[in-house]
Amino acid sequence: MPRQSPGSGSIETTYRDAVREAIRDALLRDESVFLMGEDVGRYGGCYAVSKGLLAEFGPERIRDTPLSESGFTGAGIGAAMAGMRPIVELMTVNFSLLALDQILNTAATVRHMSGNQFGVPLVIRMATGAGRQLAAQHSHSLEGWYAHIPGIKVLAPATLEDARGMLWTALQDPDPVLIFENVMLYNMTGTLAGNAGPVGINRAVVRRDGHDISLITYGGSLWKALEAATVLASENIDAEVIDLRSLRPLDDPTIMASVSKTRRAVIVDEGWRSGSLSAEVGMRIVEQAFWELDAPVGRVCSEEVPIPYPRHLENAAIPQVSKIVAAAKAACGRG
Amino acid sequence: MTIALDKPHLSRAHMLELLRQMIRIRRFEDKCVELYTQEKIRGFMHLYDGEEAVAVGIIPVLEKRDRIVATYREHGQAIVRGVSMAAALAEMYGKQEGCSHGRGGSMHLFDRVTNFYGGNAIVGGGLPLSVGLALADQMRSNDIVTACFFGDGAVAEGEFHESLNLAALWNLPVLFVCENNLYAMGTALALSESETNIQRKAASYRISSEAVDGMDVIAVEAAARRAVQAVRENRKPYFLECRTYRLRAHSMFDAQLYRGKSEVEAWRPKDPIVRFQGWLETNKLIHPDDLARMETEIASEIAEAVAFAEGGTWEPVEQLTRFTYAENAT
Repeated sequence: MPRQSPGSGSIETTYRDAVREAIRDALLRDESVFLMGEDVGRYGGCYAVSKGLLAEFGPERIRDTPLSESGFTGAGIGAAMAGMRPIVELMTVNFSLLALDQILNTAATVRHMSGNQFGVPLVIRMATGAGRQLAAQHSHSLEGWYAHIPGIKVLAPATLEDARGMLWTALQDPDPVLIFENVMLYNMTGTLAGNAGPVGINRAVVRRDGHDISLITYGGSLWKALEAATVLASENIDAEVIDLRSLRPLDDPTIMASVSKTRRAVIVDEGWRSGSLSAEVGMRIVEQAFWELDAPVGRVCSEEVPIPYPRHLENAAIPQVSKIVAAAKAACGRG
Repeated sequence: MTIALDKPHLSRAHMLELLRQMIRIRRFEDKCVELYTQEKIRGFMHLYDGEEAVAVGIIPVLEKRDRIVATYREHGQAIVRGVSMAAALAEMYGKQEGCSHGRGGSMHLFDRVTNFYGGNAIVGGGLPLSVGLALADQMRSNDIVTACFFGDGAVAEGEFHESLNLAALWNLPVLFVCENNLYAMGTALALSESETNIQRKAASYRISSEAVDGMDVIAVEAAARRAVQAVRENRKPYFLECRTYRLRAHSMFDAQLYRGKSEVEAWRPKDPIVRFQGWLETNKLIHPDDLARMETEIASEIAEAVAFAEGGTWEPVEQLTRFTYAENAT
């Protein structure tokens, strides 16, 4: 496990270890923080994110739960209302549907229904996305659904810095924050500043400057968009890549500034196309920057099919570099 | 009545207070019906008529620091707990002087001062919340009991079973109170449950449980004392099934096609107020003057509540999106 030592330069790490270090840091900083979820303790986490934490913090704070998503998510809500700062881990976004009642009907509504008397400072983390041949009940990208709900915030850390830094900021938030970790990112390696710490969660970030087209994306698709930008550069198309980071609220100014500069946009979203987050972003561009556009806004989304098991079909179902390149070229009149 | 007059808390004054609280709820809700027909109160409104002995028997046994989680049929719990009739009624009017700033209405009465956590209108949805409140208290070593009220309908929900299991597994200080009024909206218990003895379900999670005549305020109070003491001392959950009956419709939209008038009439003599008042009269523990004074005071409290609600103000539409997120949050 990588250890931080402020000012010690940079460390080689993985996304998984960065998330673990964020949890560890939160547990060390604040004794009201605890982690609760299925197999987070003795098993070490379904995706090995919490491996080792039980030994360090004990079973009260690294709390294995029964397979009762609604029950323990609701327990996280109650504990948060009574002054704790729980981190609830829902193994995957598909399983989170068993807790949707608590997330939507309680966590997102209590502040409103109570006329601001009670808040729910709860963080819920979950894995999302396809690519591991886990088929149609473990691979979906439903973060766009959650972004539909007023009362919660929705984050999608795509980089090591955000995996390391978003959690603490989310825990400081007085309202429920959902953090979506793309399963294909856990093994991603890279360097992280030794003193990496909390990051802001309310702004999108330009990950690559460009002038010809804006590729707007988040989460696991960020890296595909950046790779597509490299391919496009070889064909003299200079793409800007926006990492949304926060799916609710959306950072409209950053999106509009980019689109107003490039005058073309393609949105890349691993959710299904119909009723998706990409539809929301696209419509906001039409509402706010229509007269800046030189071409219709394009989209690369998942195909309208439950995620299939075979590798070739799974790959065909979700956004890929080639599809992003093709959509960008079409938007640039080079299709 | 299960009266044991040798108990010190069963002073005459205490018994009159139990009666007064039940009558407060009944008269308050009678006024709510009147106001509903005048369209002062809208939306869903669920009455507690017939079930008053449950809230009145249990809530005063709790300490001020204890927490309460209730359902959409929570007018009684709220006003017995100490939410003023005025704040509750203003809430039902939708006025910003209401106990939830008018945003919740009849089904979502909340009050931070009295640790009243709603007003939850998803059947069973309050149970996980109560588990979490108790978990926080356990982790912080707080000497606090969370009382969670729910109906027999909630027993069919997964959240009921998940919550009982979690509370028992983690030894959490929750008092689960099932207000079994025999109907989940319009579906009879026997049409919902393979095991209609609800208390036995708690026992299957190794939670100490008992069933009590929920139409007998003295019996409910005695059971509540045992239950609250058990939770407080053992730091474990306890399950109290209060067998009661809703004398009025489920909500203001309910034509009651699912039960016969004769069934309701058969329950009327068991009305907790009629029964307790009759017993007090038979035993000469209440004088007609006591009752008259009580009724006058309650009528005056209600009149003040109506005046307060009528005089309340509508929140400006410009503030529509408030309370979605914390204000001044970064």
